[in-house]
Amino acid sequence: MRASRALGLSPRAAAALGLFLAVMLLLPFLVNAYIVSVLVVVLFAAYFGQSWNIMTGFAGQLSLGHALYVGLGAYTSAALFVHFGLTPWLGMIAGMAVAALAGSAIAALSFRFRVGGVYFALLTIAFAEFTRILFDHFGWVGATEGLFLPVANLAHDDPVRLRGSPVMFYYLLLVLSLAALVLSHSLLDRRVGYYWQAIREDEEAARALGIDVFRYKIAAMALSAAMTALGGTLLAFYDNNLYPDTVFAMGRSIEIIIAPIIGGLGTLFGPIVGAFLLTGLGETMTNLSTYFEISGLKQWFYGAALLAIVALQPSGLWPWLSRALGLWERRR
Amino acid sequence: MLEIAGLDLFYGDAQALDGVSLSVAAGEIVAIVGANGAGKSSLIRTVFGMERPHRGSIRFEGREIAGEPPHRICNLGIGQVAEGRQVFPNMTVRENLEMGATPPRARAGASAAMARVLALFPHLSERRRQLAGTLSGGEQQMLAIARCLMGQPRLVMLDEPSLGLAPVVAEEVFRVVRELNRRDGLTLVLVEQNVVQSLTLAHRGYVLENGRIVMEGGGAELLADDRVRRAYIGL
Repeated sequence: MRASRALGLSPRAAAALGLFLAVMLLLPFLVNAYIVSVLVVVLFAAYFGQSWNIMTGFAGQLSLGHALYVGLGAYTSAALFVHFGLTPWLGMIAGMAVAALAGSAIAALSFRFRVGGVYFALLTIAFAEFTRILFDHFGWVGATEGLFLPVANLAHDDPVRLRGSPVMFYYLLLVLSLAALVLSHSLLDRRVGYYWQAIREDEEAARALGIDVFRYKIAAMALSAAMTALGGTLLAFYDNNLYPDTVFAMGRSIEIIIAPIIGGLGTLFGPIVGAFLLTGLGETMTNLSTYFEISGLKQWFYGAALLAIVALQPSGLWPWLSRALGLWERRR
Repeated sequence: MLEIAGLDLFYGDAQALDGVSLSVAAGEIVAIVGANGAGKSSLIRTVFGMERPHRGSIRFEGREIAGEPPHRICNLGIGQVAEGRQVFPNMTVRENLEMGATPPRARAGASAAMARVLALFPHLSERRRQLAGTLSGGEQQMLAIARCLMGQPRLVMLDEPSLGLAPVVAEEVFRVVRELNRRDGLTLVLVEQNVVQSLTLAHRGYVLENGRIVMEGGGAELLADDRVRRAYIGL
């Protein structure tokens, strides 16, 4: 609403962000292939968290079924590629459209009948699960047998067909996450961002102001779903195999929401900070878990991290961290 | 300006409004008084499109608005200050006011409206960079009213504006209401449990009981009525 606030970055914050970006750009040259593959997982978590954050963090509508949009994006683009050789860049757009449509339909159905809060969250789980089962029987995309993409030639990166090494995906995800950051920031500063905040804080008050609550909630859902689907396409072409039970897994929906909650729900940098901390340490835990032959260390760690955040710093790590470092002056 | 006829509203099986008819002329302050649960808030919510009436008509400036969604009704020129103030605590005073300029009709004139509103509420003007959550209850009520004015309404409905405020502060709220009416010619509907003050202020009043209008008349006239005095003022 007010351009004067511009980016809201203090010189110190701008320097910190620049430094962070520079490190991220150079990182693949400095670390081994394993670390790069971990960083890819981190960036996926960051980007999915950013996408989810728009709907739940900004507009306040709790989705516990975002795996649905990951899956729709992944399957749409992969199936179009496998069956028609369509470039994933177009398949990606198709996937985003499908996801946005699905998200809007679910939102419209729920909000039309005044399903909100916990019941809405349950409904998002239901739709994700229902779609997973549907895909289990969807022969054209391989059903439970899975859908496979031709094996990538790791020696030669082909960004046009999204075939290539983890390093290529690393950079693509970095750009994507940065784009999501810029988009989120610009949305928060616009009318729509203020309306989402109003809806999140007090839906009745928003309605009393004459905000078309229904429309803005659907917009949040559609955008969040489309962004998630875009990540889904990258995931499909990174993993090269898709099974309904892993792509649409309930566990994925939960993993998507943990990073932004730990990092700071509704904040710009929260999902990114949360992803680095959580996925980074989570991966370490998985390794320790293998090394010491104790299973489930990662899950324990996620649980402990969530408990600690809820108990000690419920608004997330980022608001606290940015205050402590004197990086961020604005409130969001 | 506002004509309501035969309005019925049910929450499930419970009837909240039972054949309510009333009218508000341009330039009037109309008070709707009644006990808790009499249907006062339901009436305001129904006019504003937040509840869908089962029967009856609501006409605003000659146009039927029953069943229209709130954002359309708001854009036609009806403003609402909901019960419990409902300012956004994590936004500044100024941002709260900007949020008030939501109806498309009010966007073009938003900066002029802002200047007017800040002049009308100098207290808010001093605090426009402050978070709304740090304001006192009375200031928040003023902010809620000011925010509503940002939408440039011709009719404003206030739901319990004095609720939870100290008497002196409530007095101040009523003074603002009177001034908006006298100076700017704003039409106001006031829903209140504070029967004496609202009927003193209003040109006309309606008494709502169990979802029905049981009495209507001039503000002073109702205030002098024995039944009103016995039931609501305890005299």
